Amino acid sequence: MKPAAFDYLRPSNVEEACQLLLEYGEEGKLIAGGQSLLPILNMRLSTPEFLIDISGLQELKYIHSEGDWLNIGALTRQRDVERSALVKEAAPLLSEALPYIGHMQTRNRGTFGGSLVHADPTAEIPLSLLALNASVVVQSAEGAREVELNDFFITYLTTDIMPGEILREVKIPVGSIPMGYSFQEYSRKHGDFALVAAACVLDTDEQNRITGVRLTLGGVDAVPVLAADAADLLIGEKLTDTLLQEASRAASAHVDPEGDLHASREYRLHLAQVFAAKVMETAYNRAVAKGGTA
Amino acid sequence: MIKVNRNEWFNLRMQVNGKRYEERVEPRKLLSDFLREDCGLTGTHVGCEHGVCGACTVLVDGSAVRSCLMFAIQAEGAEITTVEGLAQGGIPHPLQDAFSECHALQCGFCTPGILMSSVEFLETHSNPGTEEIKDMLSGHLCRCTGYKGIVEAVQRVVHRQKEGEEASGSGDAVSICSRTTPAV
Repeated sequence: MKPAAFDYLRPSNVEEACQLLLEYGEEGKLIAGGQSLLPILNMRLSTPEFLIDISGLQELKYIHSEGDWLNIGALTRQRDVERSALVKEAAPLLSEALPYIGHMQTRNRGTFGGSLVHADPTAEIPLSLLALNASVVVQSAEGAREVELNDFFITYLTTDIMPGEILREVKIPVGSIPMGYSFQEYSRKHGDFALVAAACVLDTDEQNRITGVRLTLGGVDAVPVLAADAADLLIGEKLTDTLLQEASRAASAHVDPEGDLHASREYRLHLAQVFAAKVMETAYNRAVAKGGTA
Repeated sequence: MIKVNRNEWFNLRMQVNGKRYEERVEPRKLLSDFLREDCGLTGTHVGCEHGVCGACTVLVDGSAVRSCLMFAIQAEGAEITTVEGLAQGGIPHPLQDAFSECHALQCGFCTPGILMSSVEFLETHSNPGTEEIKDMLSGHLCRCTGYKGIVEAVQRVVHRQKEGEEASGSGDAVSICSRTTPAV
């Protein structure tokens, strides 16, 4: 299991990287942390002619807040996001989700943006960022453009990023930090791909009625799913057991999981409902607890 | 900008266990293979070669990473620590002593990787609980002993560090290991 031979290119800045992508077209493959790409290369499932190594580009490694936005550079290591006090303060959902990714040893190298553009439908970062209503900045030789995550995921391992483009930054709106949040997933053992994962951010008013909610489900479709129908049921309501059951049924009604070696379609549907309920309940309780002490 | 064609050799320099190495490598050479074949440091074991088993874990600039999941050329200029770098002047690292005492290894194939992860783990966790230790070990597969002895070995080091901080030179008051080996 050794990778096939390739030409190695190490650009010294983003502009050079964009030029290389333009030059080598679909034969060129970007490598960042490589924690998903290396297994693929080692097993020769992919044999790119040109490997463009952007892992050393310091200009894309940062976490800072600017006004109502938390900005994270695409090449920031997952471990750095996990341990960031700024992220814990402004987007605690991410701090809760990150430890589920692989293992400490892969998060030490894996990048935040790399996981997003890899777009595995079970992955934690895409799911959390969709719940947080984040946007991304994508760069090419011609310039930069911004894409909302709502429009970013196309299908399995495929995003809106075009040949010649690089993910530059993730922008998370933190103007009003959600009061309640929860990330939970089920996998056979820690570090495995999740069978089903769920994320929720939620706000309540002084009467404990839900004023805003975003619920996302992963591992149940070709892309991370925003369960808007479930959210609609919750708005203006207090969370009761009946409502929780109704909303989690609504959340799983629109997903279309595939059965595979690890779990049947029926089991995934069941898990989707169970985990939708779990994250909604935890997020609600946290929001109420926070509202009570404020 | 650096470009190395597939059939070219790249003059790669890095520091491994405090020693400078300069070797000619193909761009596709994995760090794990570089350490074993070019540096002759065969303590780093290669198991699954796709990031699952953890046997090849080494420290790159102090962080525990899978050396099969990065190319050697990506570690240019980095400081690497492998299991060979743990013992100092013939004296085993405290983790190595504890692994021996607690029977934390049998065939030893997974041990170098687990030791390297544990080194980073203990540097970032001063008083870890059993669950945290197990979480760290979740990135490693051991097929002989199971993990009980390994958890106990890590706990023993934590315990000794605390003892050392509290009162230097007091005896081994509490035995963490359920199994102990007489000193030979």
